[in-house]
Amino acid sequence: MDAILLQILNGLDKGSAYALIALGLTLIFGTLGVVNFAHGALFMIGAFCAVTLQKLMNLSFETIDESQTDFLGNPLKVETPYVEAWFGPETGATIIDWSVPLAILFAIPIMLAVGYVMERGLIKHFYKRPHADQILVTFGLAIVLQEIVKYFFGANPIQTPAPDALSGSIDLGTMIGFDPNAIIYPIWRLVYFGFAVAIIGAVFSFLQFTTFGMVVRAGMADRETVGLLGINIDRRFTIMFGIAAAVAGLAGVMYGPLNPPNYHMGMDFLVLSFVVVVVGGMGSLPGAVLAGFLLGILESFASTTWATTTIPGINQIIIYLVAIIVLLTRPRGLMGRKGVMEE
Amino acid sequence: MFGLNKKDTSLLIIVGLLTLLAPFILNPFPEGSAMAQFNAGYPDLMQRFVIFGIFAIGFNILFGLTGYLSFGHAAFLGVGSYSAVWMFKLLSYNIIPAIALSVVVAGVFSLLIGYVSLRRSGIYFSILTLAFAQMSFALAYSVLSNPKFNLTNGETGLQVYADDPQILQGANSPDLPHLFGLPMRATYTMDVGAWSFDFNAGYYFCAIVMMVVFYLSIRIFRSPFGMMLRAVKSNQQRMNYTGLNSKPYTLAAFVISGMYAGLAGGLMAAMDPLAGAERMQWTASGEVVLMTILGGTGTLIGPVLGAGFIKYFENIFSKINDSVLHSWFAFLPDGLEDAVVFVIHPFIGKGWHLTLGILFMLVVIYLPGGLVEGGQRLLNRIKRKKPKTDDATSGKTEPAE
Repeated sequence: MDAILLQILNGLDKGSAYALIALGLTLIFGTLGVVNFAHGALFMIGAFCAVTLQKLMNLSFETIDESQTDFLGNPLKVETPYVEAWFGPETGATIIDWSVPLAILFAIPIMLAVGYVMERGLIKHFYKRPHADQILVTFGLAIVLQEIVKYFFGANPIQTPAPDALSGSIDLGTMIGFDPNAIIYPIWRLVYFGFAVAIIGAVFSFLQFTTFGMVVRAGMADRETVGLLGINIDRRFTIMFGIAAAVAGLAGVMYGPLNPPNYHMGMDFLVLSFVVVVVGGMGSLPGAVLAGFLLGILESFASTTWATTTIPGINQIIIYLVAIIVLLTRPRGLMGRKGVMEE
Repeated sequence: MFGLNKKDTSLLIIVGLLTLLAPFILNPFPEGSAMAQFNAGYPDLMQRFVIFGIFAIGFNILFGLTGYLSFGHAAFLGVGSYSAVWMFKLLSYNIIPAIALSVVVAGVFSLLIGYVSLRRSGIYFSILTLAFAQMSFALAYSVLSNPKFNLTNGETGLQVYADDPQILQGANSPDLPHLFGLPMRATYTMDVGAWSFDFNAGYYFCAIVMMVVFYLSIRIFRSPFGMMLRAVKSNQQRMNYTGLNSKPYTLAAFVISGMYAGLAGGLMAAMDPLAGAERMQWTASGEVVLMTILGGTGTLIGPVLGAGFIKYFENIFSKINDSVLHSWFAFLPDGLEDAVVFVIHPFIGKGWHLTLGILFMLVVIYLPGGLVEGGQRLLNRIKRKKPKTDDATSGKTEPAE
């Protein structure tokens, strides 16, 4: 029982990332009808927002401390980050420590802007073109974004540690009545899961409970009619593109402590996220979220020693296998609507 | 000639001449001169030109004619490489059985994948092929290399070892891939004045294979079968309503293009008897998509051009570094020189992929027909207004020589 629970928990963090990226993909697809191959790159840019903020926080100036000497007897050079100088050593150190969560605030405007520019500058011209062209141009864009990041940050993964208070593990088992040490779980993964749930909840309630969201949903159902009612649906869809970019970016920001970001992390996630979207059903938001978590958990179950000894390598291929089976038996995916992407 | 009309015959002859004379054409600069780094006439690179040309020609039969965008074609290339190396290991270093097997295995493999993937179209098809290819990559990379059943040798890559059976390997046949005794690495270097030209057996073998498959692709393009495939691209629904079943046609196109990819993989292994899983990764599939689009989808010559273009600039651009740039722009004032080098720096050397990405986007946005369409437009413009020379080059800076 506790082993099963542990596997479910293990699947949650990857599942959260899949769900968030797939949610963004579906938002873009559902509103604008564009297949965005650059979405993985947006995830990656989000992660590098955290890297950038961390670097900014650690910008420091050198002072010479006469009272201390290094091993050669020269006066010691002390590096003080500007943040510590401005806010005092205590607060400054805390801010630096919490740079990843703080990067959320930093990333939201950046990602919204990136999304907005991308839609207005590029995607806009591709509504009327075939899906193959959309795939190709966004694929090219993904390469370009990736290479730009590589140029500035190098090819190696960059560590973005979680705050001290949230790193380390807790014994979840004792809290819910299992033996101690049965379920040891890293705190940051829980945080990530909670964060993902919050974001997903926010997006859904935004769509469900605001007038803006209502118009967007109406536009998703029938764009032309909404346009005929005198509503500027394109502008709203552009904003939705920005929001989708922000969702992917935030998923990336918080993913840093789980896996140090490098420039091609987006591509790795992109392939899987597309599979997730297809399994969930093209154009279905709940489907994307459901499929994201399901596949994440499934992957974690397939990685147990029991599974890998029974069928070697099952952990590597399970997601693709599931996708193939789902597509062939339920062509619309788990929760797909009729008439989406069916020529 | 060969059942082609006049235009196609001349195209075939031009391609034939270009490939056969490639060692001259690609080596226009004398050895040791400052421009020698733009020479592409060395065997390794020339082989890659034609092998990727074959790969792209095959991909174009599927994508260019039927419009089905496959993102998993590298899987067939990888399968072809693996089967070729297995033939080296089991039979002998003769490349004929190796290439034959790689084509057959890739064909069977693409039949299986195509049968399943072609049940869906559009983006679903792309994602299904992507999923299959990634699955094959994951399998080749990890699962199929366990000690009990080592089919792919995992991360190291499959290669021939001294204790492999090689039952047909004669006592005095060469110990590297060969064609009935003619080793693929055999190179004859001809020195003419300051120039030196390499004639490589492997390259000419690949070139002849490419001309054969290029001829086949012309025939496919011009055949009733090719017309059917074009019909699938323009309106599959209408085709189905007229009572034609499009599935066999698309499946046939898929298998043919898979076999082309397998052939390319087999040739790759024949030039260098090594097969690695990274050849199957989806970025490799993306590369052939880039080549085909860049050259011109649905045209005969486009994919070959695209393959050559990408492989050439991949090699040349990656070799240019800052000091080369500095020597080019040395005629500018110092400050300006540094500025120019600073601006160009991100696009060269390791930044070649950035250039490629931008170029690819520009082509998709402004020139959906690729280089071929660009060339045609340019020709038309020149024809219409004779005195007006193209002003596209005036913005470029000529290297200081």
